[in-house]
Amino acid sequence: MTDGSDDTSITELLGSWREPVLDRWIELVGESVRGRITERELRSELTELYGLVERALAGDDTAAGELRATLAEISRGRARQGFSATETAVGVFALKQSLYEQVRKTRGQRAYSELIDFSSYVDELGLATFETYASAREQVIADQAEQLLELSTPVVKVWDGVLGVPLVGTLDSARTQVVMETLLQTLVDTRSRFAVIDITGVAAVDTEVAQHLMRTVMAARLMGTHCVISGIRPQIAQTIVTLGIEFGDIVTKSSLADALAYVLERSGLCVVPSTASCGGTTQHAPRNGLEA
Amino acid sequence: MEHVPILKIGDVLLVSIQVDLQDQTVLALQEDLADRIVAAGAHGVIIDITAVDIVDSFIGRMFATIAAMSRLMDAETVVVGMRPAVAITLVELGLSLGGVRTALDLEEGMRLLGAGAAAAVAGAP
Amino acid sequence: MTTPPGDGRSGGGTPGEEVPIASNDDVVRVRQLVRTAAAAAGLSLVDQTKIVTAASELARNTYAHGGGGTMRVEQAAGERGRRGVRVVFTDAGPGIADVERALGEGWTSGAGLGLGLSGARRLSDEFDLRSEPGKGTTVTVAKWGR
Repeated sequence: MTDGSDDTSITELLGSWREPVLDRWIELVGESVRGRITERELRSELTELYGLVERALAGDDTAAGELRATLAEISRGRARQGFSATETAVGVFALKQSLYEQVRKTRGQRAYSELIDFSSYVDELGLATFETYASAREQVIADQAEQLLELSTPVVKVWDGVLGVPLVGTLDSARTQVVMETLLQTLVDTRSRFAVIDITGVAAVDTEVAQHLMRTVMAARLMGTHCVISGIRPQIAQTIVTLGIEFGDIVTKSSLADALAYVLERSGLCVVPSTASCGGTTQHAPRNGLEA
Repeated sequence: MEHVPILKIGDVLLVSIQVDLQDQTVLALQEDLADRIVAAGAHGVIIDITAVDIVDSFIGRMFATIAAMSRLMDAETVVVGMRPAVAITLVELGLSLGGVRTALDLEEGMRLLGAGAAAAVAGAP
Repeated sequence: MTTPPGDGRSGGGTPGEEVPIASNDDVVRVRQLVRTAAAAAGLSLVDQTKIVTAASELARNTYAHGGGGTMRVEQAAGERGRRGVRVVFTDAGPGIADVERALGEGWTSGAGLGLGLSGARRLSDEFDLRSEPGKGTTVTVAKWGR
């Protein structure tokens, strides 16, 4: 081991103190990520990084590029595994502390003076890590939003020729548009003549969303189908009136049950207790005992 | 210029649009239909646009014109098979096709016209 | 009759190439070219239909009111790197004296419903109209993917 005499450079020290510095680095990072990565995994990751840092500092450009790529890879992994930004960045910054501790022990003059440069180099790597981390997290959020969009816009068949769309949560313009397209396509695919859009679970409706809903109903009509909106809560009704949105001749019902009853009647069906008999003419009698 | 063929099924005229509509073709179809409604004594017209992937204001106006025109000659018009993307676009374009009846597909359209005719017969003294 | 360009290129036109609008057939051809470009740019079916419809309205305007002109369609990138298409219509016709009014609902210079310009604007994400009375009109529309 080099004795750390005054003219030993940081790059040399990284080589000669490899073991203690690397061990301390692994120890420091291990503390912060406690138990969520195995020591072996961490060791292999950091050993690879250490080697790359050494070579990069010695002026090896290929290694420098590789170092950034490897760091990006690791930060993306951390972001996906749910590590915090601090935990991810500390993984890099801890190298500074580890090396500093070693330099302090040996008091090499040149190493001390180079420590500042080395420190800003590691800071730079840390920032790059952070950036990758942030964009990876954004990607995770975007993916989740998309999944949520798909999950939250189911179009279900409630009866022969009747579709239901229960909307829950916050309706924004993008989501309403997805609902609109999915619903209209499903009407065609299932040859359904009726649809009920239920917004009981929708917290608020703004002008844009209300307009999207209206357009859905109008487009459904152009396709020869009939769309009813149900579950307009008092606050939403108030918003719609206050915003001056014309709902025109669009059929609205206060509850999903009312809407379903309306739609069934329109399609020529009637639902009666199993003991009574149906007054109207029913072509499509349901098979499950709702009809006498 | 192409002419869109007009088929006769019972007292219903069926127009199935299979080509990318050129404005002259649209105007010719309007004229052809007017003649055929009278000649055939038709009571219904079905325009099937299942194969049509765009309807602009000119084509949309044709539907309204044909509907209004045929009504004067005692025939009802139903436009069937409009695709979702076309419907959404028409709404955004600002065309509501007032006065034009619509149905999901040809079968529904026939049912709609048949039901109308049946009701008329039942209602007759 | 629609005559495809005899250069053997698929899709009937290179992106960015000027296509003449001199007949009713050309209006149909514009729709096809814009449809191909919109599909290539990865627009959803609904967005494709919207921009093709807008282009159809504008192509008819170019032919009927501008006395003919040209159309150019190109792939373009919008905000945040969203891909899309941009379509430019140019004519050397009489121009529009009152652009504001022309963009208003129901304004019409001919036999149409007056939905051409205002409708095309509603259907696109980007709309630009430049007109000089006596010199001509240029309308640019664009649609971006989601």
